[in-house]
Amino acid sequence: MTDRSGRPLAELRDIRVAFGGVHAVQDVTVDLYPGEVVGLVGGNGAGKTTLIRTLSGAHPADSGQILIDGEPVTISHPRDAKALGVETIYQNLALADNIDAPGNVFLGRELTTRFGNLDDSAMEDATRKLMGRLNPKFQNFVVPVASLSGGQRQSVAIARAVHFNARILIMDEPTAALGPAETRQVGDLIKQLREEGLGIFLISHDIHDVYDLSDRISVMLQGKLVGTVNKTDVTTDEVLAMIILGKLPGEVTQKDLAELH
Amino acid sequence: MAETKVSAAEREPEAQPAPPGERGKRSLRELFRSAEVDTRLLGMLAALAIIWILFQIITPNHTFLTPRNMWNLSVQTAVVAIMATGMVLIIVTRNIDLSVGAVMAAVGMAMAIVQHDWLPEWIGLDHPLTWVITVAVGLVLGAAIGAFQGTIVAYVGVPSFIVTLGGFLVWRGVAWWMASGQTIAPMDTLFRKLGGGSTGTVGGTWSWILGIAACAGIVMLQFSKRRQRNRYGFRQRPMWAEVTIAVIGCGAVLLLVGFLNRYYLPPALAAQAGKAGQNISLGLAYPVLIAIGVGIVMTFIATRRRFGRSVYAIGGNPEAAELAGIKTRRTIVRTFTLMGLLVGLAAAVQIARLNAAVSSLGTGMELNVIAAAVIGGTSFAGGVGTIVGALLGALIMQSLVSGMVLLGIEAPLQDIVVGIVLVLAVTLDTIFRRRAAR
Repeated sequence: MTDRSGRPLAELRDIRVAFGGVHAVQDVTVDLYPGEVVGLVGGNGAGKTTLIRTLSGAHPADSGQILIDGEPVTISHPRDAKALGVETIYQNLALADNIDAPGNVFLGRELTTRFGNLDDSAMEDATRKLMGRLNPKFQNFVVPVASLSGGQRQSVAIARAVHFNARILIMDEPTAALGPAETRQVGDLIKQLREEGLGIFLISHDIHDVYDLSDRISVMLQGKLVGTVNKTDVTTDEVLAMIILGKLPGEVTQKDLAELH
Repeated sequence: MAETKVSAAEREPEAQPAPPGERGKRSLRELFRSAEVDTRLLGMLAALAIIWILFQIITPNHTFLTPRNMWNLSVQTAVVAIMATGMVLIIVTRNIDLSVGAVMAAVGMAMAIVQHDWLPEWIGLDHPLTWVITVAVGLVLGAAIGAFQGTIVAYVGVPSFIVTLGGFLVWRGVAWWMASGQTIAPMDTLFRKLGGGSTGTVGGTWSWILGIAACAGIVMLQFSKRRQRNRYGFRQRPMWAEVTIAVIGCGAVLLLVGFLNRYYLPPALAAQAGKAGQNISLGLAYPVLIAIGVGIVMTFIATRRRFGRSVYAIGGNPEAAELAGIKTRRTIVRTFTLMGLLVGLAAAVQIARLNAAVSSLGTGMELNVIAAAVIGGTSFAGGVGTIVGALLGALIMQSLVSGMVLLGIEAPLQDIVVGIVLVLAVTLDTIFRRRAAR
């Protein structure tokens, strides 16, 4: 089991985000320890992605605090997050479709020669080595990623996230577009990265996607945190009750559970 | 039976069954791919060749492919070509600049006033630095206007169509206002060389030297690419392809130089220069060399610099570019600044060519520039377009106009033909691209 006696890698405290008058996230607090996978689950519109975008810098919080290694930090742009070792794999992958795989892996952080010119060969070489580890079948290094399959595109997005020595990895619905074999591959990778000491937020609307991989599970409903539970203490049905009814395992009745099915 | 088996094995799993004859096409495409030849560029070169040959056949006395006409064509293309390279980057980021013609007028007017009214008082008439100061003023003003418009687009968030439509009106008015609509002429003698004409050329010998230097450049680029790939042990372009490209590339350059060098100074002018009865090559004109230089620098910026990579990333997926940490707004401002700079340069060439600045300078030219970029394969959907394509697009358009002038076709009909070609080019490109994506 993960050692949670030390200091959390990342803490999001009392985060609030509103769009117009709609409170997308209200006073949510979650944390993440090194070598831990926290599943962040909830139905559509529960606020999972909005919450996590405050950590990845895509959309700053209206109020609340973010701490990395116990230190309060300001993350107002994706660059800030990356500088702190926070890498994000977005649900839509956020790839520039007209650019090839190495170009996407190094987008915004291109390798250059000593004259400041793009070093495409060095980037391709690094990408080939990376893919050798992540997805050995990947061979399309010189075509725009628009022509790649969903799984291959996913590999590119993952390669981009893990190449820059991330300490905190955010994966938003990483297996939504994948077949069974590729899903298993992503699962193996998550386990491997956890072994290496990364903290991973795994976001999904479906508890079955994340249950096996998670150490803890935080459940959100209508912008609020229902609660955070140790995976070993709960069944999938109990988590489902949290997602749908907003009731913690202690509060939920057998009748409630029966009605879920 | 055996043949169907082979073709089935060759297919990708999800491909449709190939009709007979498809195999030959596919292997040709694979041949090009292994040689790393851009098939779209090849298609444009083929279109250009067809246009040239067709005009050569149908023009009276077959005057299209003469050194004289090709030399004029090269000079006429230069101004639009210079600006089209900047327009590519603008359109690639899903923006547009409708103001380039009007900005050209305003900047051209300002340059004319500086060299015609101000500089003679400060440094005297015919000072050797007059042209340098004039051009510098043009570049700075053009870049400043571009940066201003780009800032409104990127930081305030007003659509570029609106901002530059406003600029289209504003700068034209400013150009008129600067001299109350008067024509300012003549230009400084040295400055006029920028516009080409019989004095604005490098001469036959230097044309050959530049042509040979270009050949050396082509071969050196190929070597440096091979060396870079060798460093990582990547696949190399096959040797036969390297040799073919080097031979065709160098051959084309030298052929063109030799051909253009056969355009001679008119006998009367040669007699004036004390060389009566001799054939004196004009050589390449300065505007053409400027356009080629701009094309090389802009290609370098677009493909080898981080700025260029950012531009294409923004065009491909603006949100992804932002999330990847690219400073997207600053990049947009830079594309407009670069565009303004090139407009300033083009304005210098244009007023030097006309030997005058008028407030109607560059009227309608924004459409030629946009058309050149689009015929050259730049997509309004963003993320797609090349500098060399835009140069070829400008050349194709000017070739059509030049040929029709030789045929004596009236201006309205010329417009109709150019308009049809524009739509046809994009239609074909759309169809081919859709087929390639399938």
